[in-house]
Amino acid sequence: MTGRSPVKRGYVRPLNFRDGVVDMGHGAGGRASAQLIEELFVAAFDNPWLRQGNDGAAFSPELKPGERMVMATDAHVVSPLFFPGGDIGSLSVHGTLNDVAMGGARPLYLSASFIIEEGFALADLKRIVESMGRASRDAGVPIITGDTKVVERGSGDGVFISTTGIGIIPNGVETGGHRARPGDAILVSGSIGEHGVAIMSKREGLTFETEILSDSAALHGLVAQMLAVAPGLRVLRDPTRGGLATTLNEIAGQSGVGMLLDEAAIPVLPQVEAACELLGLDPLYIANEGKLIAICAEEDAQPLLDCMRLNPLGEHAVRIGTVLEDAHGFVQMQTRFGGRRVVDWLSGEQLPRIC
Amino acid sequence: MKYIDEYRDGELAQRIAERIRDEVRPERQYRFMEFCGGHTHAISRYGVSDLLPANVRMIHGPGCPVCVLPIGRIDLAVKLALEDGAILCSYGDTLRVPASGGLSLLRAKAQGADIRMIYSPSDALKIAEANPEREVVFLAIGFETTTPPTALVIRDAAARGLKNFSVLCCHVLTPAAIEHILAAPGQDPAAVELDGFVGPAHVSIIIGSEPYAEFARRYRKPVVIAGFEPLDVIQAILMLVRQVNDGRAEVENEFVRAVGRNGNSAAQTLMDEIFELRESFQWRGLGEVPFSALRIRAKFAAFDAEKRFDLHYRAVADNKACECGPILRGQKKPTDCRLFGSVCTPENPMGSCMVSNEGACAAHYAYGRYKDIEVVAV
Repeated sequence: MTGRSPVKRGYVRPLNFRDGVVDMGHGAGGRASAQLIEELFVAAFDNPWLRQGNDGAAFSPELKPGERMVMATDAHVVSPLFFPGGDIGSLSVHGTLNDVAMGGARPLYLSASFIIEEGFALADLKRIVESMGRASRDAGVPIITGDTKVVERGSGDGVFISTTGIGIIPNGVETGGHRARPGDAILVSGSIGEHGVAIMSKREGLTFETEILSDSAALHGLVAQMLAVAPGLRVLRDPTRGGLATTLNEIAGQSGVGMLLDEAAIPVLPQVEAACELLGLDPLYIANEGKLIAICAEEDAQPLLDCMRLNPLGEHAVRIGTVLEDAHGFVQMQTRFGGRRVVDWLSGEQLPRIC
Repeated sequence: MKYIDEYRDGELAQRIAERIRDEVRPERQYRFMEFCGGHTHAISRYGVSDLLPANVRMIHGPGCPVCVLPIGRIDLAVKLALEDGAILCSYGDTLRVPASGGLSLLRAKAQGADIRMIYSPSDALKIAEANPEREVVFLAIGFETTTPPTALVIRDAAARGLKNFSVLCCHVLTPAAIEHILAAPGQDPAAVELDGFVGPAHVSIIIGSEPYAEFARRYRKPVVIAGFEPLDVIQAILMLVRQVNDGRAEVENEFVRAVGRNGNSAAQTLMDEIFELRESFQWRGLGEVPFSALRIRAKFAAFDAEKRFDLHYRAVADNKACECGPILRGQKKPTDCRLFGSVCTPENPMGSCMVSNEGACAAHYAYGRYKDIEVVAV
C-alpha cells in the first residue's frame, strides 16, 4: 500500500503520532486511510488476517459434534476515554470477549470498527489502539478485521469503538438467562461497582480523588475453568450497565423465578462504598466490567467457588443468594439491618439523591 | 465503613426492636410521621418497618424536597431553559420532576435545552464564570439543609460582580410545613391522627431543636429528632413510643452527634442576610402554606431569576387521579392511589412522590411493593 506513487517512489511521510490529528482524509478510503491502517492498526493488532489486507477475514473453525458458535457485539462510547484501570481500547476488547464468554464459549476472533471524530489526536488514538492490541494478545484472541470511519468535528465524542466477537460453545454447555431454577445458588466472582465508580471519579464536574481502578478484564479463562468443574452451570451473565441488581432482575424475568439476596454477603470495596455513600448511589446498580454472576445447582456451588477462588479474577468469589419460586419475579434482599426489601430494576440513569 | 456501619448494625437493631415490642401497649395504635424523605428512604432501603410490631405504623411525610415542588415552579425553569436559552443548573432528582405538557427538565434537555446536573451550587457559579456570554440559572430547591449553600453562592456572585448568574429560589421551610400538617386535622375530617414525629436530621443541624418546641407543646405531639441512618430511626421510634406511653409531648434529640439546641448560627445569619419570608408558597400536595418559603431579598434582586426574567408563577393542577396530596399529608398510602404502579412508575412518574427515591411512592415501589402481593415460597 505504501510507496505506490510513481513520482516519488518509496516516499510516504509517516503519520505524526506526536501532535498530529485525525482528519476527514483518514476515513475517506484513500491513501491516508490505508496509511492509518498500516501504520497503526496492523502494527498494533499484528496477525496474518490483517496483514493480508482484505475486506474480510476468512477462517474455518473446526466444530466438534454438539458444539455451537456464538457471536456477540458491543458498542463502546465511554467518557472519559482514559480512566483509572483502563481505557476505551482495552474495554472494547474485554466487553465483547465477556459477552462471548457468558455464552459459555471459548472466544476465537474479534472484529473492531472505529468511528473517530475529526481533530482527534493521533497520539491518543495510538494509545487506545495499542491498549486494544495488548488486551487482545493477553486474551489470546486476535482482532482479524476492522473498519475506520471519520466523522465531522462535533458529530462524535473523540472515538467510538464497536467490537464483535465469535466463539465456540462446548458440547452440552448452555448458560442462558432462562435456566435459573428455584433452589439454585447465586454466585458473584468478586466485589462490585468498581468500574462505574472509577469512571465517575473522572467525569466532568464530579472529579474526586480515589484509588479505585476499573475492574475491566477478560473473563473467558475463568469461565473455562468453571465449566470444567461444573459443565451443568445454569446461568452466566456479566453485570455491566445497570449493575448486579439490574442483571439479576433480567435473569429473574427470563427464568420466571424470584431471588433472595443476602446483603451482608455482597462484596463491595470500602472505597466504592464510601464513594457511593457520598454521591448518593447504590453499588448494586453500578457497572462492572470484570465480574460475572453464576447461577448453579446447589451441589455445584461449593466446587465452583473453590475453583473460582484459584483464579485471580475470581479470588473473592462468594455466594450472595438463592433462587426462589416466585411468579412475580421479585428480586428481594435480606438487609444487613434485619429487614427485607425489593432490589428493583435500575430506573432511568442512576441520579444522585440531593440530601 | 467506619462511622457508617456502626449505624447499620443489625444485631443492635434487633435489640432495640425487641424493646419496642416489649414496651408498646397492645391495645393502642402508634402512628408516627417521619417528616423527611431521608428517613423514608432509610426505612424502605433497610427494611426498618419489618422490625416493628404491627401496631406501630410509619407515615411518610412531605419532607422530600422534589416531591413538594409544584408543577408551576418546574414550568418556570423549563421556560428559562427552552425559551430564554439559559443554562439551567439543578440537583439530580429535580431533573425528573414532571412539568406541564409532558415535559421535565430532562425531557427539555432532549429537546435541546442546556440543562446541567450539579452536585453543589458552587458548580453553577463556575459554569457562569466559564460562560460569560450565557445566562446561567440555578434552580434552588430544598429545605433548610440546602438553603445555606444557595445563600453562599448568591453572596459570592455579588462579591465577584457576576452579571450572568441568577437563582430561581424555591427553598421551603420545615417548621411551617409540620405546623400546617398539625393544624389540618381540625379543618379536614379525612386527616390522619398522628401520635408523634420523627424530626428532621440535616434540617435540624441548621435550625437546631428549638423551633419544634412550640408546636410540640401547642399540639401535644412528641418530636424526636433523628439521624438518617437506620439505627437512628429505630432508636427514635423507641423514644417516641416511650413518650406516648408516658403521656409526654417533648422535643427529644436522638441525633446529638450533630444537632444542638440552637443549630448553626453562622448558617442562620447567612440565610437571613440573603433571604426573606414569602407570605405564601404553593406546596405540591399541601397547597398554599403561609410563610413557608423563602425569596431573595431586594438587595440581591440582580441574582433573583424571578425578577431578572420577569417570571410569574402560575399554579398548575395535578393529574386528577394523582393522590400525591393525601399521600404527602399521610392520609393515604401509595397503594391507595389508582395510578400507583400502573400509569405511574419511576420510569414515568405522574406525581412527584414517584420521582425521587425519597418520595413515598418511589420508595414503596422500589423497595416494598412485593409486600402488596402474595409471594409464594419465601
